[in-house]
Amino acid sequence: MPFSDTDPRLLLLSPGDSVFVLRGQIDEGEDIMVEGQRIRLPLALGLGQKIARKALAKGDKVIKYGAPIGSVTQAVALGDHVHLHNLKSDYTATHLRGGAPAGAAS
Amino acid sequence: MMRGWERTDGRKGIRNVVAVAYLVECAHHVARQIAGVDPDQAHVIGFPGCFPNPYAQKMMERLCTHPNVGAVLLVSLGCESFDRFGLEQVIAASGRPVHTVTIQNTGGTRSSIAAGKEWVSAQIAALAMQPTVPMAVSELIVGTVCGGSDGTSGITGNPAAGIAFDKLVAAGAACIFEETGELIGCEEIMAARAVTPALGQELRDSVAKAARYYATLGYGSFAAGNADGGLTTIEEKSLGAYMKSGQSPISGLIKPGDIPPRGGLYLMDVVPDGEVRFGFPNISDNAEIVEMMASGAHMTLFVTGRGSVVGSALAPVIKIAANPHMYDRLTEDMDINAGAVLNGATTLEAVGQAIYDKVIALGSGEQSQSEKLGHQEFILTYKSFEPIGPACLPV
Repeated sequence: MPFSDTDPRLLLLSPGDSVFVLRGQIDEGEDIMVEGQRIRLPLALGLGQKIARKALAKGDKVIKYGAPIGSVTQAVALGDHVHLHNLKSDYTATHLRGGAPAGAAS
Repeated sequence: MMRGWERTDGRKGIRNVVAVAYLVECAHHVARQIAGVDPDQAHVIGFPGCFPNPYAQKMMERLCTHPNVGAVLLVSLGCESFDRFGLEQVIAASGRPVHTVTIQNTGGTRSSIAAGKEWVSAQIAALAMQPTVPMAVSELIVGTVCGGSDGTSGITGNPAAGIAFDKLVAAGAACIFEETGELIGCEEIMAARAVTPALGQELRDSVAKAARYYATLGYGSFAAGNADGGLTTIEEKSLGAYMKSGQSPISGLIKPGDIPPRGGLYLMDVVPDGEVRFGFPNISDNAEIVEMMASGAHMTLFVTGRGSVVGSALAPVIKIAANPHMYDRLTEDMDINAGAVLNGATTLEAVGQAIYDKVIALGSGEQSQSEKLGHQEFILTYKSFEPIGPACLPV
């Protein structure tokens, strides 16, 4: 994977992964390169958040560290933010404090 | 060069402190006041419950005979059901000076504090005269935990701790990783690293037990702050936590209080056996640090993303900041900035080496940041365990 094809803020942890991890802030509306494709981010995302490295169909496993971290609950496009709104555990449901959706940049 | 205090069981301590142990919450205040005579050298530990519990008894025996402990003062109210006589015998048999102050027989709070302080002061003076001996890396037991995890924990701090573990194991040390409830989703890749297939099955079973336990409680080991930091699922958090174990073969599965018989990498199963009885297995990070110490850990690597400030009684904690922004905010509490990996200032390999070097430095007498700041957190609660089976420690 040529480095210039993907924004340096996107970290690939294992070669077979279906997500990148952000190692820095990406701003709302910013254009970033993801595997050679230009993606515009609809919302700001901070350190540690995940972006899809490829399109995923509902029910597909998400791979990070070379291992499954859950299944997507809806279709995901390349460059989409992957978090609580479209990824669920295959083990124990994730419980959060009431109200605010987690995941946006803080 | 590391140095240690040699104990009669052959183990060596990297510290030589007096443990002041309360045997029920009712004796906690008196114990704390006694330890106040020299907070650097007298550390408070204890068990708050009044009902007997074999696990707590074993933990207290192991902690009071931990290699970092040179002498023990037991502080009893007098009517609690903790077996103070049995504990005192175990400590005495280890060759350590031990004394019990029983508040109901000593005239109450003030006179108990005065009696305890006098004994502890004398012990601290005696311990200061004890010679040290050289200590090898192969004589170390090092634990690792993570707390306040975020999306950086699994990509900086935990892999760096794993690299440090690989270096320690290669040098002959015993290293312990833990929290099977935070390894849900890692069972197959972990089982493949076991030194025997039967141990691999034990590792799988321990994670399955944790999954059942947490399912009964209705929660995974996942806090709202984890999701704020970018983690979505328990298995994602697990894989990040699993990175702490490094790449070494897994030599055994132990439970709290089991001491690794030789060097190598060990998984500690901290989830109680049997039906769910006493609530959450690990109510806060220090409960896990205490269990590491009970299994002989001389020190604990603590990887944190959101930013924990804790240390521990008895055995130092090395705090590894996974998140560079948190490191900037909580610098005085952190020993290692693994977050620097994210902006390219350093590499995981270099951070792993820095952690290894810090372990050696603490074994040579340097204090960790939490030690300098006086952190001596400690917590021990009710649990129950069955002994490990023969497949857990292959020879």
